Amino acid sequence: MKSFHLTVSALAFAAVAMPAAARDQVQVTGSSTVLPYATIVAEAFGENFDFPTPVVEGGGSGAGRKKLCEGVGENTVDIANSSSRISQSDIDLCTANGVTEIMEIRIGYDGIVFASDVNGADFALTPADVYSALAAKVAKDGALADNTAAQWAEVNAALPAQDILAFVPGTKHGTREVFDVKVIEAGCKETGAYDLYLAVAEGADDKEKGDNAKKACHELRTDGKSVDIDGDYTETLARLDADKNAVGVFGLSFYENNMDKLKVAPISGVAPSVETISTGEYPVSRPLFMYVKKAHIGVIPGLKEYLEFFVSDEMAGPDGPLAEYGLVSDPELAATQAAVAAETVMGPLE
Amino acid sequence: MTVAPMKGRSASILTAAPDMKRRNRAEARFRLYGVIAIAVSLSVLAFMLVTIFSDGISSFRQAKLAFPVTLDAGVLDPKGNGNRDEMTKVTTVGYGKVLAKSFLAALDAKGIDTTGLKDKEVGELISKEAAGDLRARVLADPALLGQTIDLVVLANGRIDGYLKGRVTMDSAKLDSNVSPEQLQLADRLSAAGLLDLHWNVAFFTKPDASDQRPEAAGLGVAILGSLYMMILVAVMCVPVGVAASIYLEEFAPKNRWTDLIEVNVSNLAAVPSIVYGILGLAVFINFAGLPQSSSLVGALVISLRTLPTVIIATRASIRAVPPSIRDAALGVGASKMQTVLHHVLPLAMPGILTGTILGLAVALGDTAPLLLIGMVAFVDNYPSLPVDGFLDPATALPVQVYSWATRSDPAFIERSNGAIIVLLVVLITMNLAAVLLRRKFERRW
Repeated sequence: MKSFHLTVSALAFAAVAMPAAARDQVQVTGSSTVLPYATIVAEAFGENFDFPTPVVEGGGSGAGRKKLCEGVGENTVDIANSSSRISQSDIDLCTANGVTEIMEIRIGYDGIVFASDVNGADFALTPADVYSALAAKVAKDGALADNTAAQWAEVNAALPAQDILAFVPGTKHGTREVFDVKVIEAGCKETGAYDLYLAVAEGADDKEKGDNAKKACHELRTDGKSVDIDGDYTETLARLDADKNAVGVFGLSFYENNMDKLKVAPISGVAPSVETISTGEYPVSRPLFMYVKKAHIGVIPGLKEYLEFFVSDEMAGPDGPLAEYGLVSDPELAATQAAVAAETVMGPLE
Repeated sequence: MTVAPMKGRSASILTAAPDMKRRNRAEARFRLYGVIAIAVSLSVLAFMLVTIFSDGISSFRQAKLAFPVTLDAGVLDPKGNGNRDEMTKVTTVGYGKVLAKSFLAALDAKGIDTTGLKDKEVGELISKEAAGDLRARVLADPALLGQTIDLVVLANGRIDGYLKGRVTMDSAKLDSNVSPEQLQLADRLSAAGLLDLHWNVAFFTKPDASDQRPEAAGLGVAILGSLYMMILVAVMCVPVGVAASIYLEEFAPKNRWTDLIEVNVSNLAAVPSIVYGILGLAVFINFAGLPQSSSLVGALVISLRTLPTVIIATRASIRAVPPSIRDAALGVGASKMQTVLHHVLPLAMPGILTGTILGLAVALGDTAPLLLIGMVAFVDNYPSLPVDGFLDPATALPVQVYSWATRSDPAFIERSNGAIIVLLVVLITMNLAAVLLRRKFERRW
């Protein structure tokens, strides 16, 4: 009886005692590729500044940008990390919800690597090899035919005579977009399949035809040789562990943390590393971004300081902890620092 | 007239008839199926526990380096006036250098050979976390400047892995993060007593750490977050659940409406928890404007999920109170409310309590709804004390398991399994408490 009274009054107390406290820490969400970099900076920020440590969430680039565009106010996020560039539909959504000023900050570049089990065969791949092994249709004797290659050696005699099996990131990942464009599309053009697609592509003008042909290029085979992984790289690693003959797609930093389990494949003769990516020799890389709601600068304590700290030389520079973890430092970092200091808002997309 | 034995039956009770044998065999088979079913579930459980414990138990011990550190006032307080604001200009990078310098000096003093290693590589044996800890300590107590203090600091995660057998000389050859020479140095350090595995209290108290320092990651924020959520869930769920159950059982007329409510309560208990997460995001964060990642929103969402369970358990235990108790109370002139509050509810209490504890145990392990309300996040600051702390960002135990499992450094796998062990221990304790309470207070009529 007494305890009943107690619980009822406690409930009433809880209902009344909810103050609308102002948020005093920066809130970050978005890409799981950028997540480790953002946590490294957040942790160092919390250690070295008198501001609380920012709260960093993962969940994916697209979901993060959508969250950013939910509106302006303390219960919305301040920063969306993204491993692909913001799209016009995101900007439209932002505008509709009153988020008109967005800062685009490029924090560096990230490489995407092909790796297999450390004790497995050596792979030296080219985009054409990957396309011929994994695409739904390949060019054969001047016509498009269903892909029937069963072994890597059938694709390129220099590759091991080993069954084709590849784990590629699922379509919700930003990594997949880069894989599609920089590897599959490049291979599609190299092998001549693109021209064949273009010849039969529908569309009002050449641009639309080209887009449709590219879209057709991105079709991967569905007979189980190419497997989409919707989880994280840890899942890809576990699948590789179970199937030692498979090849998986990883981010450079993940590979660098698991070098004792993975063997990396050079692409077109170039092994991925921070150096080869920064010089542009290694072909499969992409910029990483932060999108920031300018309206929150000055309202959320520490937001601007966090941004400046993120792009500072001691963090994002070539000798900083982010580069150590696998981020390829941006050669134009100084320009980014100036843009952050001036709170430059991004213009319309080209 | 003779009685012909029925087909398949023996005329004598001393010999087993074929029919009898068949039925006995069927029964033996049936028992065997049961034993097999239990064996299968037990072996799956055993397999799971063995994997978790073999991978995770090592997270309760942590490699630490012990050496004297000279806090060089010239470096840490360049102005030399002990002013905290000016001392904060020296970042963790500066403190890292002080640590590395003292470490090298300590190795020299002990005569430990570091040939073949650059000073920087020797310094890498110390965790990056150590500099931050030291900085916080010096800033809190500037009197330490200029002194030499004995410090026990975390060793790098790879070195920790080497002492625990996760990292080997062979793997180090392939790994750019650690070299075999560094591991050989670690061997010499252990021999000299500078490097050792210690009981890892920080695993329970420290907050999460970034991908570069798995050795420093702890469950502190997650445990606090889970605790806050459980308190709030209990405070919100029990009164509402009990009131709803009492009304439905004792006062509500039995008609189509109450039937509908009953069906819906059972249905709600079976709704996938992610649905509550979507609802929570829409209602509590976007509409009500409550802060993201806070344990209050987490608790509200989990409450919605737990409420049906509590209602079902409470109704069952109220129903189990015999009608004679009610009749007797009404017979001596008690009102309906007095009957319920003075007699039925106290007798139903043990059942309500166990039902609530079991509901809370389920709630404790729930991750999916928290994904959508921003609790699956990197949170480095402890939430403050209640009531304000309920609005601070926090994570929860199952969330920590999930987010560590997706990190790239293999050291986090150990952490993740360690967190599962902690979670399992808490769950077993709660379930045990439920069983014991039921045993102690249960009344049979």
